[in-house]
Amino acid sequence: MKPAPTTAGGKPRLTTSAMIASIAAEGQATKPAPFGHALVAAAKQDDTIVGMTADLGKYTDLHVFRDAFPDRCYQFGMAEQLMLGAASGLAKEGFTPFATTYAVFATRRAYDFIHQTIAEEDRNVKIVGALPGLTSGYGPSHQAAEDLALMRAMPNMTVIDPCDAHETEQVVPAIAAHKGPVYMRLLRGQVPLVLAEYGYRFELGKAKTIRDGRDVLIISSGLMTMRSLEAAALLAADKVDVSVLHVPTIKPLDTATILAEAGKGGRLVVVAENHTVIGGLGEAVGALLMREGVQARFRHIGLPDEFLLAGALPTLHDHYGISAEKVASRIKAWM
Amino acid sequence: MTTDAAPRSNAPSLAERAWRIRRNAVRMGEVQGQGYIAQALDIADVLAVAYFHAMTYRPDDPEWEGRDRFLLSNGHYAIALYAALIEAGIIPEAELETYGSDDSRLPMSGMASYTPGMEMSGGSLGIGLSIAVGMGLGLKRKGSKNFVYTLFSDGELDEGSKWEAIMGAAHHKLDNLIAVVDINQQQADGPSGQVMGFEPLVDKMNAFGWFTQRVDGNDLDAVKAAFDAARNHPEPKPRMIIADTKMGKGVPFLEARERNHFMRVDAHEWQLALDALDAGRPA
Repeated sequence: MKPAPTTAGGKPRLTTSAMIASIAAEGQATKPAPFGHALVAAAKQDDTIVGMTADLGKYTDLHVFRDAFPDRCYQFGMAEQLMLGAASGLAKEGFTPFATTYAVFATRRAYDFIHQTIAEEDRNVKIVGALPGLTSGYGPSHQAAEDLALMRAMPNMTVIDPCDAHETEQVVPAIAAHKGPVYMRLLRGQVPLVLAEYGYRFELGKAKTIRDGRDVLIISSGLMTMRSLEAAALLAADKVDVSVLHVPTIKPLDTATILAEAGKGGRLVVVAENHTVIGGLGEAVGALLMREGVQARFRHIGLPDEFLLAGALPTLHDHYGISAEKVASRIKAWM
Repeated sequence: MTTDAAPRSNAPSLAERAWRIRRNAVRMGEVQGQGYIAQALDIADVLAVAYFHAMTYRPDDPEWEGRDRFLLSNGHYAIALYAALIEAGIIPEAELETYGSDDSRLPMSGMASYTPGMEMSGGSLGIGLSIAVGMGLGLKRKGSKNFVYTLFSDGELDEGSKWEAIMGAAHHKLDNLIAVVDINQQQADGPSGQVMGFEPLVDKMNAFGWFTQRVDGNDLDAVKAAFDAARNHPEPKPRMIIADTKMGKGVPFLEARERNHFMRVDAHEWQLALDALDAGRPA
C-alpha cells in the first residue's frame, strides 16, 4: 500500500484529469485524430478497408472513419475477443479490417484470439491499440506497459510504434498495403507534430536517423523519439552531441541500420522506449548487438518491471525517468 | 453437393455417407491407436447432412468463392472432418493412413494451413463462432448468398467468448450463420452438464435472439430437416442447431465405454469396431 500523501511542499499537486491524458506539451504543434483521418483517406483508395471497434470508437479516433463510412464500420461492444476473431473472419473473406481498442484490451485480454485466429492463420488484420505504454495515468488496467513484448513474441506479427501525427498518417496507408497481421500503437486525440520538420518519411521496416551526433546514440521508438529529440536539444546546451535513431518498426527490426549506427563506435548507446524494460526494443537491440559482436556502452531507458502508479502523466513520466528532462539528466550522468 | 449438381438417384444415401465417414474415422483412429474417435462417431450423421445435403462446394476447388463455409471450432474433431472431407473427395482417401503422423496434412488438431477444406485453426476452444461472425459479415458485404456453418462442442459453451459471439451474431442479424453444437455430454473432466451447467440451452439461445432447434443428432431425417429449416427460416436471426448425440455411435462396445473423451482402443478392437460398423451398414 502507498503511504498517505503529504500536503507539505510548494508544488501544486497535478490531477490524473482523465483516463486519456494528452501527451502534447503546452504550446506544442498538434494535429487532431491523425489515425482517423488517415484511415478515411486510405479507405477512399482501398474499398477492402473496414473499421471495427469494441465500444471505444470515440477514444481511438475511429469515429472519424465511422462518420465518413458508417456502413463500413462494425461495432462489437466491449467484446474484444469477438472483435478480433471476427476480424480474422473478415480478413479471410478478403477485407482489410482495422480493429481498434485500447492496447491493454487487444494485447492482454484477446491475446489468444490474436495468436490463433490472426497470427497463426496469417490473416490480413490491422490491430490498432490506443494508450500504449505509459500514456494513461489511470493505473495498470489501462497502462499497456508490455504490449510490444506480447506482440513481438508472436510469429507473423509486424509491430509498429509511431512517434507522432506526421508518422501516424504515413503508417496507416503503409500497413493497409502490407499483407499480413500488424499491431500498431495508437496516439490519439490532439497528437503532437514533431517529425515533419525533419523531412522524415516512414518506411515499413526501416529505422532512420532523425538527427546525428558524435557523443551519444539514442535508439528509440514511438513517444520516446519525441522525448529523445527534446532531450538532445537540452543536452546540446551542455555540449553533448546526441544522435537519435528512430525505430518505428519494432518487428521486423531494421538490424542492418541499428548495427551500422551502433557499430560506429565511441558513442554511448541508449535505447529509450515507452515500454517495460522486459521484451521490448531495448532487449531486442541489446541481444542484436551481443549476437553480432558489436561492442558498445549500453544503457536502457524504459518502464520498470512493476505495476505502474496512477497519477498525472507528467508526474509519472518524471517519476519513471521518461520525460525529456529526465532522459537528458540520466544521459548526462552516464557520460 | 454443388448448386449446379442436381440430386442423382444413384447417389449414395445420407445413411451410406454417414457409414463411410464413420469407417474413415475408425481407420484413422487405428493409425494412432487412440484419439477422439467417440466424438467422430457421434457427429458423423451431422457431417453427412452438412456435406451431402446442405452445403454447396466444389471438391476440386476447396477455396471456391461460391462455397458455403464450414468452420470446425472443436479442432479435436478433425478426425471426423477429415473423414467427411475424404468422403467428399476433397482429401484423397490414401492420406487417411497418414493421420496424426509426421509430415501429414492431417494433424490431430485441425489447422487451416495444413489441410484443404479446413477453414480455421482450432485447438484453442471457443473461437470458431467469433471467426464465423466475421465471415458472415464479410459474405454479406460481398452480397454473397452463401452460408457460414460452424460446429462446436458443448464444452465450448463454458468459454465466455462464445457468448460474446452469440450476442454479436444476433446483434448483427447474421441470418447466413448456422451453428451446430454437439451435445454429447462429455468433456475432458467429465459429463459436460456437470463440469459447467449450460441448460436450458434452447431457452437461452431463444432469449439471445437465435432461431433455435434441438434435434436427435443421430437421427438423419431429423438432422436433415433441421438444416433445411435453418437455411430457409425467414427471420433475420442467426440459426442454431442443438444436436444431442451419442458418443461412439454405431459401435456398440464403444458406446458403452465410460472413459470416452480421449479413447484408448486396444489393437484388436479396431477391427471389431469396423466389423460392428459393417454389421450396421445401411441397406
